[in-house]
Amino acid sequence: MTALQALITIGLCVLGTTLTRFLPFILFPENRETPEYIRYLGSVLPYAVIGLLVVYCLKDVNFFGGSHGIPELIAVVFIIVVHTWKKNVLLSIAGGTLLYMALVQYIFIG
Amino acid sequence: MSNFSDEKGKALKAAFPGTIPVMTGYVFLGMAFGILLNAKGYGIFWALLMSLFIYAGSMQYVAISLLVSAFNPVAAFVMTLMVNARHLFYGLSMLDKFKNTGKLKPYLIFGLTDETFSVLCGTEPPEDVSRPWYMFWVTLLDQFYWVAGSIIGSLLGSVVSFDTKGLDFVLTALFVVIFVGQWQEAENHIPAIIGVTVILLCRIIFGSSSFLIPAMIGILVCLSLAKNRMQGRECL
Repeated sequence: MTALQALITIGLCVLGTTLTRFLPFILFPENRETPEYIRYLGSVLPYAVIGLLVVYCLKDVNFFGGSHGIPELIAVVFIIVVHTWKKNVLLSIAGGTLLYMALVQYIFIG
Repeated sequence: MSNFSDEKGKALKAAFPGTIPVMTGYVFLGMAFGILLNAKGYGIFWALLMSLFIYAGSMQYVAISLLVSAFNPVAAFVMTLMVNARHLFYGLSMLDKFKNTGKLKPYLIFGLTDETFSVLCGTEPPEDVSRPWYMFWVTLLDQFYWVAGSIIGSLLGSVVSFDTKGLDFVLTALFVVIFVGQWQEAENHIPAIIGVTVILLCRIIFGSSSFLIPAMIGILVCLSLAKNRMQGRECL
């Protein structure tokens, strides 16, 4: 990718991100009632979307070859347990990531 | 003039403590972002550019993968809309809070990340502190932590060389943490279950490179079908 292409790509990320942030305020100005269906979607979408993003991150895991997804499984379970127990965002994220890095760099090599 | 500065200073002092948890998280995530971006051949200029103007943690990680793939502007734009679709919810929840914030409003909207959203929802300024300025400082401090983290990471990545294999797992970790947090707060787990089930099915059916759009459509359809069953049990 050339520098110009990279700039265009980043520009579109800026445009898309800004659009998603401003859209609700443009569609529903300060003095208008928000439609019920939109309020419903707003209340349930975040839960579905974060679940989607978790799976999206793990999309290239292959259970039938390589490390069979074992490092990912160990790290995700670690994060769930530690976060349920300590509720400390930094500890969960840093701990889970360092554990995963150790697993793929020293134990599940290949 | 001095009165006005007092008002801003007071709001800054009130805003800072609430942002400390975000500082730790953002510096780490921002550093990891800077290091990864650097490892892909994009130095400090790019890190600064992205953290100043995209300013969306997960999207910036996705943008790294866009930058190392073949140039595809349409896919980049669609991907951005989908990864950031949850912002629509944050905006809808802030329609009231951001009323009467005047010239600060555009920046408050621009800087509404997952973490800033959670701070603004969870804290209230003291009575004698200006609310618009309080929200402004929370937003600005959070972005400052993120930009600082990215710069440190980018510099660190160019000085110290170490094996970054597995570092991109930081994003998975972030989403798992948000997922666990949401799961514990929600009274109704159906939306989360729908999200995971639909995307897993789509991943199996469509393969790893083209399942995201069918999954988004599937989720919208399933959530719309489930609307009547979930009425009265909404989490908002």
